[in-house]
Amino acid sequence: MMDAKPPKGHTPTPDILLIGLNHETAPVELRECIALSETDAEAGLESLSQSPDIREVILLSTCNRVEVLTVTGDATQTVGHIKALLSKTGGIEQATLESVLYTHSGVAAVRHVFRVASSLDSMMVGEPQILGQMKAAYRLATMKKTTGMILNRLLHRAFFVAKRVRTETGIGDHAVSISYAAIELAKKIFDTLEGKKVLLIGAGEMAEIAVEHLARNRIGTIFVANRTFERGVQLAQRFKGQAVRFDEIEALLLEVDIIISSTGSPDVVIRRDQVKGVIRARRNRPLFFIDIAVPRDIDPAINQLPNTYVYDIDDLKGIIEENMDDRLREAAKGERIVDEAVIGFRRWYDSLEVIPTVVALRNKIETIVNAEIEKTLSGFDGITESHRQALHRMAAAMVNKILHNPTLYLKELTRYEAKAITLDITRKLFKIDE
Amino acid sequence: MENLIYAVISLYLLSTACYLAYLFFQKEILHRFGYYILMAGLLCHSISIITIYIRTGLMPVRNLSETLSLSAWAVAVVFIAVRHRFKLKILGIFAAPAALALMIAASQFPRHTGPTKEIFSSFWFIFHVVSVFIGDAAFALACGVGILYLLQELAIKHKARGFFFRRLPSLERLDSAGYACIVVGFTFLTAGLIGGFIYAKSVWGRFWSWDPKEVWSAVTWLVYAALLHERLAVGWRGRRAAILSIIGFAVLLFTFFGVNFFLKGHHGEFTRF
Repeated sequence: MMDAKPPKGHTPTPDILLIGLNHETAPVELRECIALSETDAEAGLESLSQSPDIREVILLSTCNRVEVLTVTGDATQTVGHIKALLSKTGGIEQATLESVLYTHSGVAAVRHVFRVASSLDSMMVGEPQILGQMKAAYRLATMKKTTGMILNRLLHRAFFVAKRVRTETGIGDHAVSISYAAIELAKKIFDTLEGKKVLLIGAGEMAEIAVEHLARNRIGTIFVANRTFERGVQLAQRFKGQAVRFDEIEALLLEVDIIISSTGSPDVVIRRDQVKGVIRARRNRPLFFIDIAVPRDIDPAINQLPNTYVYDIDDLKGIIEENMDDRLREAAKGERIVDEAVIGFRRWYDSLEVIPTVVALRNKIETIVNAEIEKTLSGFDGITESHRQALHRMAAAMVNKILHNPTLYLKELTRYEAKAITLDITRKLFKIDE
Repeated sequence: MENLIYAVISLYLLSTACYLAYLFFQKEILHRFGYYILMAGLLCHSISIITIYIRTGLMPVRNLSETLSLSAWAVAVVFIAVRHRFKLKILGIFAAPAALALMIAASQFPRHTGPTKEIFSSFWFIFHVVSVFIGDAAFALACGVGILYLLQELAIKHKARGFFFRRLPSLERLDSAGYACIVVGFTFLTAGLIGGFIYAKSVWGRFWSWDPKEVWSAVTWLVYAALLHERLAVGWRGRRAAILSIIGFAVLLFTFFGVNFFLKGHHGEFTRF
């Protein structure tokens, strides 16, 4: 099919070609260089689409991958153009680039696009951002009018496959980041986080992200305690919370439900006896400690107190690892969905070849004509074999005459875009695909 | 009548199968089926109980078989109410098998009835029986919720999140559902006991006669009263409340069956076979 040599005498169906690098083939230093800004991408699209061999092109650039997807009439030339572009914008020697690039064509390229869109090829399998990034890349390409029928179809199928993988497998079900894992746990303790009060002790990227995620769950007041009160005030402003002094923490234990701690303190910040003292006054309401600090801020013995739960960074990492395993198991189901979609796309793509369409069209019409002749003849008596043959000859001549012009027209189509569309319409007009 | 009983058993069995399948496969459709099938079973069950009542004019607790059957009925009724109020679908893995087991047990005992007294049709008698059964069923579910709570809390405390962690609802939801079951159970048990006293007064001329059944009922009542008091006074919740609701149910089971079999007393006729 796509890889087969084109028959002589008419324009070959162009090939789908994908060249790129990702987190597996290229180290981060290289990816940083090559990653394209939006203006780079626009310029790249423009320059590539001007080469006569490239008929359609899309450029995808994220922090984990740079990929150029094209429909090409001449694969060798296109590969050269793309490599030149990447090495120029990235300022990298061609030889270095060669070693990290992968090239897929035909079915392999289609499969790759589907896998990337479904997040099966991601560094963090199942992460949802890639689909959005791909949609943005596609949008840019359509704005620049560098896509045509084949890539339009391919990308729409890819988005559809990605949606199926997401809804039919558990690939995105469980948290694989510290902050999400903490929130998932909180939801297993408190049914809803709505109105729950949160205390953030110290600062730190991970803790702040966790608070941000929590804030999206309509939680109650956020208190921020920091050794340097000014820093605490700043943070509190960011979360629309309330800054408190470090020595107020003990009093706050009475009030809050979730405590996220991430200080640089060498000793524990909250001791077991402090918590034990407030349990009764809290009327045994559950208390959830998330300890992101190393060394730990929360005395691990607190976990043994009734209705109190302490999770430290290692516990959370353990959860993430387990969830990652689950995702990989689910990814296997995703691969099956991708396989199915690749077969479907391949069928459509093959139909773009002229000869099969012409043959199928002829078969379809001949079948109808012959069936009708037999049906009519069966109603007459005294029809001889020679009559029958004469009728069939006449019908065959009619089919030939009727199909003469359409066949010629299809075979002589040269502009690939027009050909693809016409073939598609022909197949639909005569319902050839059934 | 026979056929109706078997229909009830089959429906409860199907419902149990659906709920167990739900536990393993986590498909929404399964617990939904389980729920509707259980409701259908309950409908047949109610018809069979009402039929006996209409035919004889007596409350169907004349032998062990009927008593077990009425318990199954009460469990199903209370479960449907709890499921409706708390969306606690996972509780079906207790309720459906419990109703099923009670019904199967009921079908294994002879259904002939000995001589019955007129009093089986007295208002206070019926009130006493229905209230106590509903209350006991609510306590049974509280025990089920308590077990689920302990499983979930164990998973969270020990950071061993396995089979149950994923499948069980949050601690807070389990805790409040358990609490609601205890409140309902306690209300009905109290009403039922009062009904019993009034009935005793009308039949034997005294409210209290130190019968083992009465003593154990009082013990059961005190256990749950203590649980509720602690909850209201100092906010006893979570693990301790869950354990106490399991202990409470063990005491209740003894009061319900144990007393009749081991200690004798004036409730013996309800469990004869």
